[in-house]
Amino acid sequence: MTTLVDKSKVPWWVSNLIVPLVNLTLALIVSGLFIFIAGENPFEAVRLIIFGSFGYIEGFAYTLYYTTNFIFTGLAFAVAFHCRLFNIGGEGQAYIGGLGVFLVAINFSFLPVPLVWLLSIFGAVLFGAAWAFVPAYLQATRGSHVVITTIMFNFIASSLMVFLLVDVIRDTAQMGPHTVALPKEQWFPGFKDLAATFGIKIRYSPLNISFLLAIIASFFVWFLIWKTKWGYEMRAVGHNTQAAIYAGISPYKNIIIAMCVSGGLAGLLGVNEILGVHHKIVAGFPAGYGFTGIAVALMGRNHPVGIFPAAFLFGILYQGGSEVTFDMPNITRYMFVAVQGLIILFSGALENLFRPQIESFFVKKLNHGVKI
Amino acid sequence: MVSPILELKDINKSFGHVQANKNINLIINKGTIHGIIGENGAGKSTLMSIVYGLYQADSGTININGKNVKLKSPRDSIINGIGMVHQHFMLVENFTVLENIILGFEGELVFGKNLEKAKKNLRNICDTYKLNIDLNSKISDLSVGFRQRVEILKSLYRGAEILILDEPTGVLTPQEVDELFKILRSLRDEGKTIVLITHKLIEIMDLTTVVSVMRQGEIVGHTKTENTNKEKLAEMMVGRSVLLRLDKSFAKRGDVIFKVKNLTVKDDLGVTRVKNVDLEIHSGEILGIAGVTGNGQTELLEALSGIRKVDSGEILLEKIKISDSEKFLDPRQLKEKGLAHVPEDRQRMGLVTDFKAYENLIFGYHDQKSFSSSSILNHNDILAHSKKIMKEYDVRPQSPHLITSNFSGGNQQKIILSRELNENPKVLLVGQPTRGVDIGAIEFIHQRLIDMRDKGAAILLVSVELDEVLSLSDRILVMFDGGIVGEKINKNVTDRELGLLMAGVV
Repeated sequence: MTTLVDKSKVPWWVSNLIVPLVNLTLALIVSGLFIFIAGENPFEAVRLIIFGSFGYIEGFAYTLYYTTNFIFTGLAFAVAFHCRLFNIGGEGQAYIGGLGVFLVAINFSFLPVPLVWLLSIFGAVLFGAAWAFVPAYLQATRGSHVVITTIMFNFIASSLMVFLLVDVIRDTAQMGPHTVALPKEQWFPGFKDLAATFGIKIRYSPLNISFLLAIIASFFVWFLIWKTKWGYEMRAVGHNTQAAIYAGISPYKNIIIAMCVSGGLAGLLGVNEILGVHHKIVAGFPAGYGFTGIAVALMGRNHPVGIFPAAFLFGILYQGGSEVTFDMPNITRYMFVAVQGLIILFSGALENLFRPQIESFFVKKLNHGVKI
Repeated sequence: MVSPILELKDINKSFGHVQANKNINLIINKGTIHGIIGENGAGKSTLMSIVYGLYQADSGTININGKNVKLKSPRDSIINGIGMVHQHFMLVENFTVLENIILGFEGELVFGKNLEKAKKNLRNICDTYKLNIDLNSKISDLSVGFRQRVEILKSLYRGAEILILDEPTGVLTPQEVDELFKILRSLRDEGKTIVLITHKLIEIMDLTTVVSVMRQGEIVGHTKTENTNKEKLAEMMVGRSVLLRLDKSFAKRGDVIFKVKNLTVKDDLGVTRVKNVDLEIHSGEILGIAGVTGNGQTELLEALSGIRKVDSGEILLEKIKISDSEKFLDPRQLKEKGLAHVPEDRQRMGLVTDFKAYENLIFGYHDQKSFSSSSILNHNDILAHSKKIMKEYDVRPQSPHLITSNFSGGNQQKIILSRELNENPKVLLVGQPTRGVDIGAIEFIHQRLIDMRDKGAAILLVSVELDEVLSLSDRILVMFDGGIVGEKINKNVTDRELGLLMAGVV
């Protein structure tokens, strides 16, 4: 028999901490089983993941670098989701956002560097938002579902960028599909440079000050969604469109705003990748971060406070996972895609599998405690 | 000699921490009409769902004809001679009556002998109880009253001895109600047993032999109908005495401030739902619109409140045109001009049920300076405001941070009402203000509407509850098939007169 739990009696930490942790543990147990079947020791794999992502300073820096990307794409998905729009197009918006960063940086290189940075960030947001605008407009006026159109726009973005990188903005001195590098002074200071000023010598890592930008973006999203009229209206449209119309809130306007903010946030991934890491556009740089961002947002319950740890978790898996594939010949890169899949399965699709049991357990426990 | 056909002993049922049914003991005698009355959420529907096998009781026993039975699914109940007519009919619209009735009981692969037998059988039932149904007509061609009869016929065909009707009159015109009652009486006379679930006292008094009153999951009393009256039953239902007649002074009518000229409105499918409607509302009066659901009231309200586009005609507020087919003001602009709207469907339109109460208390007014400066919401001011009006309107519990869906229907309605009335609108459009609201809250809501009127507001009240229209309105318009078919001053009008108008007879 199913038991219904009085939601108002469930403490927040049970539904927001205990339940996700149980789901995560389950995903890890099943993943361990996979690793065992593949012929490796799961405990050894866990040790390697922890060592790879925390054990040495460069590894930890890599973890945070991945975290940065996941925060951007996770926030992007979350903002659109508050308006009940499934923006699957983070990948394409990030790609085009990167184009914006590069074009601004290369064309305004005569300006002082901090100003170029600011303008590049602006360019990333603008290009990402513009790429999200078309599906948003179609959804708002024609009812074309954003899930379909944003997926299409990922392909269009990818083809467009290949065209540009091969025929238009390719570094003609090179054979590969990438642009010329930006002038060195425009590169974002990396973690390595920062450590060097404190006299610590470390080897290369891609972590750069974009990490701070990700934290600022998190605050921005929290403020936008819960503290402003815009966020209030977006949530109203998302939860109950008819009620929004009744209150004089335009669904049309809010769908477009939510998608553009979402696209802009995805575009920020381009800042991390172009200014911070590659310093030029290379083909396929979004590398699936846009898609993983969906899982990050779902796991983080579309709240910046949840998205941060979720992004960090996926950062650990990315970095620790690559360490495992190095050391364990039977484990391939794809194995870790499967692990990610399991986490998404347990904390996304099967999110409510054990929720009623866990919640009623705690409600009984706590109420019992009160009686005594 | 009466003998119990259905006996419930110590039935308990809870959903989580909510005990919907508490130690229910109920005896229903053969050949009677047994009324079960109670406020919304009193547990009537849960109890009957247990009898019909939709839910299983946590504990307790059910006896039919003195024999203990286990009812694990509706099929078990049907086998044991229990039939149920739900509030929402379970019929396939593009099937004929016959096809609907034999659905699931076809009995053979190719229709042949059995079908003929079924037809004969059904005609017999129709004749016996004067159901007057053509077996070959399509459900989609039948009126609501007839569809209900098809449901009754279906239950009888399946051998029902006990027929449960859940709020059967909610969607019927007064004439259709009369017809239904005739059928129910003839069923009783033929020895069938009827259980009538309702919250309408008049029906209980009119029809039943015995009545059981439920309150908060418990049965608080059984009584023979002839030994009680409406006031006594109402008191048992709410646990205190209630004012059934509203104290209301005569309206002090002022000037016309809201005027609708020759208004025509189409729905989303392009069907004309409001046809050439003219109306005027003076300040200080309540204009009631009576009518059976689906005769254009919904579209009229939506057009007047700026939600739906006007097809032709115009709407004037204080002699200034606010809408015609060319342009219309949106609901927010109308609110600024002093037009407030309490929508018919609070959960689909009036509230965002996933929002916290304070977020709903400013819904539609969040642009005002007291709630937001530039684009940022002033949470402190909003909370202070919310606490104040929740207290003023006795919204329980008084916690602005609680998610709105956790409030009861009556309290959700109070949230909307307090929000819309707080701004002292010049014109107030109200749709079904007390639908699904318990008696205590109805009284409160009605009093507030009268107070608004006395302060000089022009109020348009749309309700399918004739009692409500009669007790609140100063003037009544009757809507039928999109048009206004009659206007009455509420002084010398009877519900029979209104009923005939509502049915489109005159």
